[in-house]
Amino acid sequence: MSATHPPSPVSQRPSAVNLTPLDWAKKNLFSDWFNSLLTILVGFVLINTVIGFLRWAFSTAKWSVIPTNLPLFFVGRFPANQYWRMWLLLTLIALLAGLTWGVLAQMATRLFSRSVLIGVGLAALVIVLMPLPSVEGGAPLLVRLKLLGLVALVLAAAWVGRWLGQRKSGLGNWLSLAWGLSFFVGLWLMAGGLGLPVVSTTAWGGLLLTAFMSLVSIVLSFPFGVLLALGRQSSLPVIRWLSTIYIEVVRGVPLIAILFIGLIMIPLFLPQNIRLDLVLRATLGLTLFTAAYLAETVRGGLQAIPKGQYEAASSLGLNTPLSMVLIVLPQALKISIPAIVGLFISLLQDTTLVSIVGLFDLLGISRSILANPQFIGRYAEVYLFIGLLYWGLCYAMSQGSRRLEKQLKTSH
Amino acid sequence: MTQFQTETIGDNTADNQPMIIAENVEKWYDNGFHVLKGVSLTVSKGEVVVVMGPSGSGKSTFIRTFNALESYQKGSILVDGMKLSHDLKNIESIRREVGMVFQQFNLFPHLTVLQNITLSPIWVRRWPKAKAQEVAMQLLERVGILEQAHKFPGQLSGGQQQRVAIARSLAMQPKVMLFDEPTSALDPEMVREVLDVMRSLADSGMTMVCVTHEVGFAREVADRVVLMDSGYLVEENTPQEFFSNPREDRTQKFLSQIL
Repeated sequence: MSATHPPSPVSQRPSAVNLTPLDWAKKNLFSDWFNSLLTILVGFVLINTVIGFLRWAFSTAKWSVIPTNLPLFFVGRFPANQYWRMWLLLTLIALLAGLTWGVLAQMATRLFSRSVLIGVGLAALVIVLMPLPSVEGGAPLLVRLKLLGLVALVLAAAWVGRWLGQRKSGLGNWLSLAWGLSFFVGLWLMAGGLGLPVVSTTAWGGLLLTAFMSLVSIVLSFPFGVLLALGRQSSLPVIRWLSTIYIEVVRGVPLIAILFIGLIMIPLFLPQNIRLDLVLRATLGLTLFTAAYLAETVRGGLQAIPKGQYEAASSLGLNTPLSMVLIVLPQALKISIPAIVGLFISLLQDTTLVSIVGLFDLLGISRSILANPQFIGRYAEVYLFIGLLYWGLCYAMSQGSRRLEKQLKTSH
Repeated sequence: MTQFQTETIGDNTADNQPMIIAENVEKWYDNGFHVLKGVSLTVSKGEVVVVMGPSGSGKSTFIRTFNALESYQKGSILVDGMKLSHDLKNIESIRREVGMVFQQFNLFPHLTVLQNITLSPIWVRRWPKAKAQEVAMQLLERVGILEQAHKFPGQLSGGQQQRVAIARSLAMQPKVMLFDEPTSALDPEMVREVLDVMRSLADSGMTMVCVTHEVGFAREVADRVVLMDSGYLVEENTPQEFFSNPREDRTQKFLSQIL
């Protein structure tokens, strides 16, 4: 705000000192004998590790286990003749993601910045060069074309979204609605019924199952956790006690125990003829578990809101529910974004525990691939690959949260 | 000119009806501290009353009982003819008629200036958005910060924020305005702009109760000045008498400390 003053020659910001790489190294790495020793030691260890890894990756490792099982990694035992449904789902997601990106970036000067172009180029390179099995998933060339088509669709949708966003306001609400609807369309494509052949949830697996369980748990645990947090602060004793007991009990039990309770004990309490789906029970367990932690995170945010905000809201005649929804929660949730996203990232990683109770998520399917005599001993390759997939998902989430924080920042 | 101004001027000229009647208000904090020891005060329509006193004297607590931000245990408070009870509906309907300006502004940092002002008229008074915005813009013009309408509170100076807070309270078209040390958190050079707004508000006929240490404001604007000390209302007088010829020794002592 104070940028109106003309820059005076005296108070100019000092320009950064330019160092040649050699000078920089001398200054930062070899300033005295001890630092030089440390630099050489650390450099030795680093170089050895990298060389060792590269040697393994290019000579010892047998990467064929990845491309051969690519469909398993991504969709598990989903019937191959129904793969088109997964492609349709991906198309839908690409379309909506592109449109959302475009609408959000309507103020940006350039939609396709340099980092975006580099990312797209890298993705295209991977798609063209990656080895693909010439089996049930269709001819490799066709798969490559489909994937390139999806990338192109995201870019085109982003361009259209930006174009529409600059001309019409309120597109965000429609997009939220579309995302909500797309969940049910996705569920229909995954499960079948209503004219499509039914695919049992036992056939869901790999990244598909991991993404599904994480997404549903995130979406359901969020409102439940917020309600628990509000309940714990309620002035009604019964609601406060129930919320507190729930939170403390669930936080005192390890997730794996909750999953076992959900999978083994719940059926014992239910009548014989009602059998809850295994995936549903596991997702429910994850949701109930995450909600308790989320409640405490949100409670932290609620406590950070100054008393004056409540007083200002009530002095303006807002009743308690209105001041919660309009004043307190928006601020409390904004403060809690980093912690909430951290919670969701660990939720995504916690989904691996369902592999212990007999579901074939990304980790479960990897273990079943490794149990195949054909691929025995290929642990490092498989775990490195799924590790990379998990990292990609988690990194995307944390980037998304940083974007959101930036967008919601309202001071200066 | 906003609608409410003509209304209050009309009310003001009619007669000297009481707006707030507080009788023998007593309050204990939860820890047993006796903070208000039977305080009585009547504020007439269109009157400006300034409450002074050392810190810890209960003056803020006292005016905060008028819109039930603080509860009280004994005595009675009538606001615009409505008796303040513990019933939630009753408290909400009184709060709609009583505006309040806080020492720390308490603007909603996640909403723009315009949204801060229109929030309550839209959600509580159920005005259409266009009407609420029109009134808000008029008020912003009146407090002299029309051009800041679309900024967030965090982007404004303290004086500007406090003026937004005044506009936000006025948007509900209250019958009485409470000011709880409105200039105490401001840098000295911003005090004046806020006092100017309060002065013009008083000129327009608004009923006001102000807790403040601004002697100049009290002298020029107040119809009455009262002094509170350790939970008692010590003196109630005209500003002229209060500052130059106080009845009580306690007032004399207080004035000698602040003047």
